[in-house]
Amino acid sequence: MPGKVWAVFRKDLLIELRTKDSLNAMLFFGIVVLVIFNFALEGARDSIRAAVPGVLWVSFVFSGTLGLNRMFSTEKENSCLQGLLLVPMDRGILYLGKMLAAAVFMLVAEAVIFIFSMVFFNLTVWKEIPYLILVFLIGTLGFTSVGTILSAISANTRMREVLLPLILFPVVLPILINAVEATGIILNTNDYGALRLPLTIMSAFTIVFGTVSYLLFDFVLED
Amino acid sequence: MIEVQGLAKYFGRHAALRELEISIPRGQFIALFGRNGAGKTTLLRILAGLSRPSTGTVTIRGFRPGTLAARAGIGYLSHNTALYPDMTAVENLRFFARLLDLPCGDAGLEERIARVGLAGRGLEPVRNYSRGMQQRLAIARAFLHDPGLLLLDEPFTGLDQKGTEFLQSYLKEAHAAGKTCVMAIHDELLGYSLADRMVAIERGAVALDLPVASVTLDDFQSRYRALIGDR
Amino acid sequence: MQPPKYRHLDTVLGGLLLVSMILALYMAFLGAPRERTMGDLQRIFYFHVPSGMMGLAAFGLNFVASVLFLIRKDRKWDSLALSAAEVGIMFFTIVLVTGPIWAKPAWFVWWTWSPRLTSSLVLWLLYLAYMLIRSYVYDPERRAMMSAVFGIVAFLDAPIVFFSIRWWRDQHPSPMLETGGLSPAMRPAFYICIGAFLLLFVYLMRRRYFLESARQEAERLERMADAVR
Repeated sequence: MPGKVWAVFRKDLLIELRTKDSLNAMLFFGIVVLVIFNFALEGARDSIRAAVPGVLWVSFVFSGTLGLNRMFSTEKENSCLQGLLLVPMDRGILYLGKMLAAAVFMLVAEAVIFIFSMVFFNLTVWKEIPYLILVFLIGTLGFTSVGTILSAISANTRMREVLLPLILFPVVLPILINAVEATGIILNTNDYGALRLPLTIMSAFTIVFGTVSYLLFDFVLED
Repeated sequence: MIEVQGLAKYFGRHAALRELEISIPRGQFIALFGRNGAGKTTLLRILAGLSRPSTGTVTIRGFRPGTLAARAGIGYLSHNTALYPDMTAVENLRFFARLLDLPCGDAGLEERIARVGLAGRGLEPVRNYSRGMQQRLAIARAFLHDPGLLLLDEPFTGLDQKGTEFLQSYLKEAHAAGKTCVMAIHDELLGYSLADRMVAIERGAVALDLPVASVTLDDFQSRYRALIGDR
Repeated sequence: MQPPKYRHLDTVLGGLLLVSMILALYMAFLGAPRERTMGDLQRIFYFHVPSGMMGLAAFGLNFVASVLFLIRKDRKWDSLALSAAEVGIMFFTIVLVTGPIWAKPAWFVWWTWSPRLTSSLVLWLLYLAYMLIRSYVYDPERRAMMSAVFGIVAFLDAPIVFFSIRWWRDQHPSPMLETGGLSPAMRPAFYICIGAFLLLFVYLMRRRYFLESARQEAERLERMADAVR
């Protein structure tokens, strides 16, 4: 089974590296959101550093949603999903491979967006970076753990991509709350011990929804 | 091998299949006829496990379609090629071979690509292929695991000369090797030359079911025309 | 459509509901004592909290029905899930309307980002999303399947949402407090209101469920008609 998950994961990565459709859109959108926030928060210019965690994660979530939307559109072309559905394998394997691929794309986008935010908002972060990586990693995995199955649901409705943000954002709120708090703790305080709770909640979220999505993925796939 | 009883499939209010019954023994080759919208594609999709029946029972070697055991022995080919356009032919086949637990050495894959007449073009992205070439590769992909049950939805439509020849010989070989085959087709002559049994579906149920041995092509054609009328 | 036995039960339920609601209104506005600090404003509590409880019960029912649908594939579980979601949305709408009505005179803000109120808002949004999914899928069988999966996801999400918001509130405390305390003299009114709302819940569920069953029956008849055309 791990070999098959790897095959699905590698295939998504390969296609994306060749076309760069998703990544380009995600990066561009994420950076534009940063710029918009800069102007939106003009009234709070003095305390903008306090708002940075929120701005970052909103940008990540919007960018990530764009990536999730694309996830099944590549499978719809030529009805590739049909080929995958015919293979005698557990459909949860498809879920795991796609979820991990989506997480990788999102992490790449987050890294670039974060670098831009360091420039835009004049942040200096060196020793915080390992902790930031940890928070970004778990937050992203949590986001894609539930985003993958919801993307499969919305891809099969009349509204397709438009529906995904509507059903995803309320569900993914705990990730957003905890990730913003955790990022704020890292950037604006030195109390790293306080990270334990948000990271635990985000991990629990990932495990719960990863398991549920794995088990229920078969029900939402169709071609 | 395949038992279908009381099969019905609804899409909203529209009944694509109503009370369809058919029994297909192992090794038989069925040519499936019917007007567009009669239910051929729906039936094939249900047999392949891509669509769930609304009511009725379908078993393939005793298993319900869509279950792991049923999927293992089925090869399904439709108008859609199910090929990733941005990957090469070799990459496409290698991907599916990995998922099917088949050996994915380059030599073996190149050989399969050569068999469908695409030798030497295995390293180009499928996007660059013509429609006929893509369909030939789709045949290689669909039957990569040498399945015992072949389900084909109008496979000759849009296929080029080379592809038609290859598919015909492939199907004849498969038939001789005792594989079961259900093929939806429009070309009555071609169907008659390949099949053991001619079945026509009209309005979601089996309307004609004749063994090839017991009826001439002209005979079948006139009965089929009478069935579908002048519409 | 409804077998006579059920109609009789529904009439009895309706009558009981009417009586209990009148009693609840009396107890909440006249029977219960006046609260010390907030005065008569506090009486909203008797409708705000039971609505929240019934809303949660409805969503729990939606979860169970969704799981059972995925296991059994029987459409009646889907009807139950749909009815539960709609009734739940209705109760949570009451919570979200009475919340600000209570908050504004008490704490001078329309909205307090309190854990309970905010979680209610998120739950409300989740089940509206459930209804959105249903409205965008044509085929009834696929619709049932997609919404059942989402119903399960939404229900499992709810406690995590609540804990996250509560923790967040602890990090950023605000001066307003969620009132929870109930003096013994208030308890009879409270329990009567819970009882009345429970009857409302059951009554609405039954009506909605039968409506949905009737709709499915009509759909089945339309299919039969379509088939012989």
